[in-house]
Amino acid sequence: MSNLITLNNGVAAISENEWTIIKLPASQVEERKQAGKVVLFKLTGEKTVSAEQIATTEIPSAGKIIVPLSVFIARKAELQDRMTSNQIGVWVDTHEVLEDLVSSVSDLNSLPIIAVHVERFADGRIFSLGTLLRTRYGFKNELRAIGDVLRDQLYFFKRSGFTSYLIRADRSATEALASLNDFTNPYQGAVDEPRPVFKRYNRVA
Amino acid sequence: MYKYDEIDQTLVDERVAQYRDQTRRYLAGELSEDEFRPLRLQNGLYIQRQAPMLRIAVPYGMLSSKQLRKLGDIAGKYDKGYGHFSTRQNLQLNWPKLEDVPEILAELATVEMHAIQTSGNCIRNITTDQFAGVAPDEIIDPRVMAEIMRQWSTFHPEFALLPRKFKIAVSGTRDDRAVVQMHDIGMEFYKDSNNKVAIKVWVGGGLGRTPILGTVIREHLEWQHALTYCEAIIRVYNLHGRRDNAYKARIKILVKALGIEEFKRQVEEEWSHLKDAPNTIPEGELERVSKHFEAMPYETLPAHDAGFDAAIASNPAFAAWVKRSVHAHKVAGYRAVTLSLKPHGTAPGDATSEQMNVVADLADQYSFGELRVSHEQNLILADIKLSDLFAVWEKARANGLATPNIGLLTDIICCPGGDFCSLANAKSIPIATAIQMQFDNLDYLHDIGDIELNISGCMNACGHHHIGHIGILGVDKDGSEWYQVSIGGSQGNDASLGSVIGPSFSADEMPAVVQKLIDVYIQERTPEERFIDTARRLGVAPFKAHVYADKNTAKPEVTA
Repeated sequence: MSNLITLNNGVAAISENEWTIIKLPASQVEERKQAGKVVLFKLTGEKTVSAEQIATTEIPSAGKIIVPLSVFIARKAELQDRMTSNQIGVWVDTHEVLEDLVSSVSDLNSLPIIAVHVERFADGRIFSLGTLLRTRYGFKNELRAIGDVLRDQLYFFKRSGFTSYLIRADRSATEALASLNDFTNPYQGAVDEPRPVFKRYNRVA
Repeated sequence: MYKYDEIDQTLVDERVAQYRDQTRRYLAGELSEDEFRPLRLQNGLYIQRQAPMLRIAVPYGMLSSKQLRKLGDIAGKYDKGYGHFSTRQNLQLNWPKLEDVPEILAELATVEMHAIQTSGNCIRNITTDQFAGVAPDEIIDPRVMAEIMRQWSTFHPEFALLPRKFKIAVSGTRDDRAVVQMHDIGMEFYKDSNNKVAIKVWVGGGLGRTPILGTVIREHLEWQHALTYCEAIIRVYNLHGRRDNAYKARIKILVKALGIEEFKRQVEEEWSHLKDAPNTIPEGELERVSKHFEAMPYETLPAHDAGFDAAIASNPAFAAWVKRSVHAHKVAGYRAVTLSLKPHGTAPGDATSEQMNVVADLADQYSFGELRVSHEQNLILADIKLSDLFAVWEKARANGLATPNIGLLTDIICCPGGDFCSLANAKSIPIATAIQMQFDNLDYLHDIGDIELNISGCMNACGHHHIGHIGILGVDKDGSEWYQVSIGGSQGNDASLGSVIGPSFSADEMPAVVQKLIDVYIQERTPEERFIDTARRLGVAPFKAHVYADKNTAKPEVTA
């Protein structure tokens, strides 16, 4: 059974997963996480993915694949043909910089899918990234949450512009479906409903 | 005060259902301990030493009598018959059962209350001045914007899981009583040169293990932009705040690392996209919410009341209480009253179910059925007629709520400490009660005058020790409990952080240490000076010299 939930015109359902996520090979050197230091990272130029990792990432020759941002940027020439046939998506980690993704393509909407990988449930950067992709960068195609994706984030994912959710393998996507509708009438405007409650209803004191 | 409509009520009811299911999944083993933690925390449930602790939200400190009665009922039914009012104007229950929490939340929902976002890494309860709406020096009633911000911050999807907790305080007076400078975001509402409501915004204040006062990020923000500007600040923080080290994850660390200029540049850049977005507050919404905070139906009263004046003249105990506990009111013939939750010898901020019922009755009878919680952990009846003060005092006194120590040495701000809290390094309540007993003489307390003594059981600083005129911090040294003392901290417009006077003390030394600090003050003060003024004028040295005079100063004890 698939663990993917997709949202189509507001209706959520379990769907077959057509996309394969391509992972980077494990790093030989100790990984220096830039968690929370994106700004400093940009100043110091510290890298988290090595050239070797990028070069040795195995890209299958056929099928719909979602590749890591670093691989996408470095090896775009290899992927060009498959991009035109909508076979290539990109995933970013929550510590990565969206501008790098945006500047790597002439039109962000040439990508049929973008995924954001969240390593830990508690990492709420994913909500800002989803929001920015939808509002700042105008991404209109499928936006998928992958990684430590559990049912209690779903409502927030939906509101932050994510339209598909790959539920962690050890949990039931069917049970998770219910949590998308935990709240019927949110107060604040967000991606899925930009109008805050005071612009949707004529509330009387 | 704000009354729920169907939209508010549905949201809170849905939260109860959501949390009930989360608890069920946890108890059924479908959620691990680690997975349940952020969920229960965002509903105010901590796992503590003795039992879980449930923190119930009291938005910007406002309560109705009906709500207070319900809190009293809940404390009786699910706890040990008392609750603890916290420095963030909330109510904490120290002994609820984890299994009972969904039921408690369901009961709270019947009186328009909840525990949403009272803990966890999210936007917390927004706090303000306990005299909002009645203070003579008020320019803008901050509760209107606090309520609009409460709604906006409730389940804000982008900020559901921040690097760390996020606290916002708002104030509408020139004389800040909401300590806006020690919050992640502080907002002071004022009227600008065009007589329009504007906001001065501070960012990056906070106590905890790295106490920092906030920095002004914007001198002038039009009120309509309050929400979008906060979104810009919190977005920068959410994306760039550290998540690798909980102790360095507050926004103050990011602001310090980047410098306020660079931080501000990034915020303004974000805001250039968010300005005028749909979350901009329209005039109509401000008006709608303002209607909930319209002036009470006050009577037209003379500025003086003969009966009141006579009672003051003939009853010294009443006069002493009035001097400390009764505050000016913007309407002639009315006063605000602080009911002390600091009787000597009990835990500061605690109230029994019976006391909650008494206060609810007093509110109904004398104060339009409403009351407030102050960050000093007392209860406020905001609208008492001069002619009713004596009756209020008699009833309050009969119920242990009229200790005339408001603003005095024994009006101690104190966290639950090591008796309850699993974060604490040391107990704090026994220190508070020991000091209260040391100074259990009202004439003497009045002579010492205005002073703030704050105690925290650990560097997380829930007891605000950094901004106490005298601050006491519980520290752990080789597994035993010690207390570090600082002086010279202060809240308000001229907020400052205290300086540590020297090596720490054992619990039983503490009453004598405070006594010695007071002795130096009494000796050195000019007639006009409060303790804080003397401490600022003289610095730490004379206090230190006296306190440590008969201690073996050669003892190689390191300040923790």
